[in-house]
Amino acid sequence: MVWTRKDLLGLEDLSKEELELILATADSFKEVSSREIKKVPALRGKTVVNLFYEPSTRTRVSFEIAAKRLSADVINIATETSSVQKGETLIDTGTNIQALKADIIVMRHNYSGAAAMLARHLNISVVNAGDGWHEHPTQALLDIFTLKEKLGRIDGLKVSIIGDIAHSRVARSNIWGLTKLGAEVTVCAPPMLIPPAIEQMGVVVTHGIDEALQHADAVNVLRMQFERDTEGAFPRQLEYFKSFGITQERLSKAKKDIIVMHPGPLNRGVEISSEVADGINSVILEQVTNGIAVRMAVLFLVSQGHDKKYETTN
Amino acid sequence: MRLLIKAGRVVDPANKIDAVTDILIEDNKIALVDEQIKIDTDLTIEAQGKIVMPGIIDMHVHLREPGREDKETVASGTAAALRGGVTTLLAMPNTTPAIDNPQTAALLKEIINRTAQAGVLLAGAITKDRLGKELVDIPSLKKVGVVALSDDGSSVDSDELMFMALKRAKREGILIICHSEDKGLSAQGVVNLGLTSTRLGLRGISCESEYKRVERDIKLAEKAGAAVHIAHVSCRKSVDIIAKAKQRGVRVTAETAPHYFTFTEEAVLGYDTNMKMNPPLRSLDDLAAIKEALHEGIIDVIASDHAPHTENEKEIEFVRAEFGVVGLQTELSAAVSELIEPGILGWPGLVEKLSVNPARILGLKKGSLCVGSDADLVVVDPQRVWQVGKEALVSRSKNSAFLGKVLKGRVEYTIYNGKVVYARSA
Ligand SMILES: [Zn+2]
Ligand SMILES: [Zn+2]
Repeated sequence: MVWTRKDLLGLEDLSKEELELILATADSFKEVSSREIKKVPALRGKTVVNLFYEPSTRTRVSFEIAAKRLSADVINIATETSSVQKGETLIDTGTNIQALKADIIVMRHNYSGAAAMLARHLNISVVNAGDGWHEHPTQALLDIFTLKEKLGRIDGLKVSIIGDIAHSRVARSNIWGLTKLGAEVTVCAPPMLIPPAIEQMGVVVTHGIDEALQHADAVNVLRMQFERDTEGAFPRQLEYFKSFGITQERLSKAKKDIIVMHPGPLNRGVEISSEVADGINSVILEQVTNGIAVRMAVLFLVSQGHDKKYETTN
Repeated sequence: MRLLIKAGRVVDPANKIDAVTDILIEDNKIALVDEQIKIDTDLTIEAQGKIVMPGIIDMHVHLREPGREDKETVASGTAAALRGGVTTLLAMPNTTPAIDNPQTAALLKEIINRTAQAGVLLAGAITKDRLGKELVDIPSLKKVGVVALSDDGSSVDSDELMFMALKRAKREGILIICHSEDKGLSAQGVVNLGLTSTRLGLRGISCESEYKRVERDIKLAEKAGAAVHIAHVSCRKSVDIIAKAKQRGVRVTAETAPHYFTFTEEAVLGYDTNMKMNPPLRSLDDLAAIKEALHEGIIDVIASDHAPHTENEKEIEFVRAEFGVVGLQTELSAAVSELIEPGILGWPGLVEKLSVNPARILGLKKGSLCVGSDADLVVVDPQRVWQVGKEALVSRSKNSAFLGKVLKGRVEYTIYNGKVVYARSA
């Protein structure tokens, strides 16, 4: 298996073999972070630009550390300091970064499809660090990597994703990645938060949390975002916690060694209780650690890829 | 001036003609249709193996003038029309300002008289500024030559106001064209609601937002006894509603656009903004329904919904990009490729959708090749294959859904008002 893609835009596009290659590469990079000198020269002389149109300290820092451990130079551009606010188009921003001879753009954007559009217009690599509700491939890859590390396999695992599936890029990337690798995925949310026709993506839909937990080997708890309308958010948060929150009591009815994941940042007492988040089933901090290895793998692989798949006609 | 078109397959369903014959044009009228016309001419077009048909009458075109001349002008839009075999078009009134009063209509008329290369008819708005609040003054618009009314881009939400508009339109003998969309239901959607919107992580536009409004518009027209024309039908349920209304004798006609019988929502999966239009590309089942409806005559008309937008408005994030695609230069070829080739329509059937029915619906003495009628014709090479590229598009905007696509059937000559106004050179 040879990696050919210059970009990583989503897991929907990837084959099972490509997913396995990323995981295997991440596995070999993981050890670097436990060395005394946490650096390999794999991307020495390369420049990685973190282009973030949405604030996300976690993801940005994780990518930055990953790039630095590969010896790349890293530049961070956040919306408040860039020319975005002066109305420069995304393509203009991208072509400018390309003209600066950067090698990889890691982009977070609030619009679905922004990474795909940028990649189509550039010859340099684009890594999607989350686009709208669409995909967040490296988050799903680190979730899958962690699961595999814990349980030794993905094939045949029962994984439940709980939360706002409709507006979650983490959910979509996890669904594509997990189903391609042979896991059985259940999504669980109130009906309003389940997007139409999602069963056709190969998942089972339930509105009952106990049902979602019952046979699960792992549960991925999504961050609930009530910020959009603060008015009445608090009762809704409580309501949500009562119906869908992951508590020790609910977990006691699940498999004893069920894995609990969360992409962070945590809303304690909203989608997950502190007891569970800090408990023995939780792998939340290991996910953070594995994020570095997975992102090192992705940055390394796209720097090797040079397909022109996205070149436009005309 | 005498022009002879020799030995083409003349497809003139209005006169039940589909035969290899000659056509003689004198000045701006058809002078003779006969086998083997022998006469001295100024110009002879050898049309062996070609289709000779009445010029296309495109009922749904956005020329953008006045106001958005960066997207399109009357001059550039009509130049594109001629290359696509369109000799007459109906210009939609959602310009800046909108065509909602006789002064603005007269201003546009003056631009048309000065710059149009093809026939341009005016549609006026139904309501002032297309805001759905206050009806326009229909008689004064009619007086300056407005032939139909539409708030295209929006629907008149108020049932009462729409009913009143239909009643007045009936009294004045003018056609109302409906952009049937309940924006409450399509709320901020950008692609078809369903697996596609879910996969792409975008807000969806349901079929319901279309067919519920189609249902309402037909019901109000029925009650008012008025004629109504449904623009850009995209889904099966709308087709079913129109079919039932026709059976009950409602004076309803309908149109679809080439992208709805060529592409499905799958085409949007790469976030190609040239696949973003309103209504959106639908499912394979909807596409099949559109084709069936064309075959069965439930949909009367093929119109382009030519909607030019600049690169600045299209080469941006999918959510922010404008809705709409250009289509004047590709509609005939798309119809040949997707309808004639698979046998959904024969040539006479296609000419009905492109010329005969639009003329009838708009009350024009066109769409026919009988002696004495206007000499608006197209000569088409039905076998010629071409790839759509930006360089071939003469519209100011290049936002075509067909870019890169290989189509069959190409306009060889367009004759408007008795003159050869376009002859293919490349
Ligand atoms: Zn419309
Ligand atoms: Zn339109």
